[in-house]
Amino acid sequence: MNPFQYTRSSAAAGAIQSLVKEPQAHLLAGGTNLIDLMKMGVVVPERLVDINPLPLKGVEKTAAGLRIGALATNSEVADHPQVLQDYPLLSLAINAGASPQLRNMATVGGNMMQRTRCNYFFDTTMPCNKRNPGSGCGALEGYNRMHALFGASDHCIAVNPSDMNVAMVALGAVVHVKGPKGERMIPFEEFHRLPGDHPEKDNTLERTELITAVQLPASAVAFRKHVHYLKVRDRTSYAFALVSVAAALDMDGSTIRECRLAMGGVAHKPWRLHGAEAFLKGKPASEDTFRQAAAIAMQGAKAYQYNKFKLTLAPNAILQALQTASA
Amino acid sequence: MSTKPGKGPGNPEKEPASDGVLSGSRRDFLKQSSLLSAIALTPGTIVRAAENQWDEKFADVAEKVPLTLEVNGVPYSVKVEPRVTLLDLLREQLNLTGSKKGCDRGQCGACTVHVNGVRINSCLSLAVTNEGKKITTIEGLAKGDQLHPMQEAFIKHDGFQCGYCTSGQIMSAVALVKEGRTRSREQISEFMSGNICRCGAYSNIVKAIQEVKNSQI
Repeated sequence: MNPFQYTRSSAAAGAIQSLVKEPQAHLLAGGTNLIDLMKMGVVVPERLVDINPLPLKGVEKTAAGLRIGALATNSEVADHPQVLQDYPLLSLAINAGASPQLRNMATVGGNMMQRTRCNYFFDTTMPCNKRNPGSGCGALEGYNRMHALFGASDHCIAVNPSDMNVAMVALGAVVHVKGPKGERMIPFEEFHRLPGDHPEKDNTLERTELITAVQLPASAVAFRKHVHYLKVRDRTSYAFALVSVAAALDMDGSTIRECRLAMGGVAHKPWRLHGAEAFLKGKPASEDTFRQAAAIAMQGAKAYQYNKFKLTLAPNAILQALQTASA
Repeated sequence: MSTKPGKGPGNPEKEPASDGVLSGSRRDFLKQSSLLSAIALTPGTIVRAAENQWDEKFADVAEKVPLTLEVNGVPYSVKVEPRVTLLDLLREQLNLTGSKKGCDRGQCGACTVHVNGVRINSCLSLAVTNEGKKITTIEGLAKGDQLHPMQEAFIKHDGFQCGYCTSGQIMSAVALVKEGRTRSREQISEFMSGNICRCGAYSNIVKAIQEVKNSQI
């Protein structure tokens, strides 16, 4: 690992100042992704600003919903009684990711900031526009089995690897951030971005901004009774998603009052399925309507040489997730 | 990873005496061209460090950070480079070699220890982030000659073959029972999935965990 300077920060303002003063400074939270990337030489910070002492751990109920501190660990959130009761989809998604040890370390903010698991991004001998802008995309004509179906560009076809993000985007969470110019809120769906001409930018967070919390809206509690997170991967546990589906339904008998759907493993960002959601509104919960919704969700999908199987896998996963959630 | 011996000017790689002029110059060419292509692909800091042979010099002057923590009930005050992981601190400085380095990337679980009672991968935790924390390693489970019930159960059920993953498996298993994730064989498997055993002792590991869980009820 490259040598670096280390600063322990106990106030958000100090951490932000460190980022302003030093362009090569990185924030360190749980470290489960960053330390790994530093060992591989993918990320080479000159300074790490350890933000673990910041008071951003709490999970508290507010008038607007549930406010989850950016430094709450994935385990703390997944096991939190309020999350289990009101937002069980989030708990299911978090527990589908990584391992218990990693979930004990990884934080909510860190999970949002984790980089893609594209092998060409991790292998510093390979071209990658995300790691080294302008060097090309190794995956485009390479072994692209794990890669995107939606929203990719000629510069990058990598996917966001998080499970937590898929539930967050489905539940309509809002991200609270703080920077040198003050605080602002970003809808979760606008936090991560598509690669376009700048795949080196994973999200819309400014380099000098800090995530302080994620807010789950009170309105999303309506979906708590009919949820499912289906993750399809190469082994039963502890692997990244080939395709994952977060489904949450607000049911009136056997009719869908409203529904939330999002996919993971298919785009550079957690992929909310607005078209399918709108179609399902007011429809009966049946295999036929679920199949039609899945077909709508797959419009515009584009596969590459080795991930064509996802064109069949993804709609089947949507169907199964909806069937399980509505049962 | 954290304390690679230097290959700077003071420690040149010796060329074999039998090397002729031609092969020597070919080797120089390869070295130079690989350095150039490496520079073309690496980020700014490394390039500058390579140009100036900074890496080891920088490490020499890099400030070591004072760190106080408790390991298996024993208080330690040490100085560590910020890039030293908790695993390397335990193994290299505190001589507690029970925690193993498998993948060193958070994928195998051989380095599992408890920090303030919670199981983590010590290979992905920088030592300096553990200021004031209480660490428990495999060496801290037994009371004198009396093994921890989980250690006894692993021996009884033959929960290992080569033994390299065993300390991590046992640390994870002890935490698992405490977490109450032992309702079924499936739940045990799911919540032990962060510990890989390449000998495939999984079924006996599950038996050992079930025995400890049942003896506690």
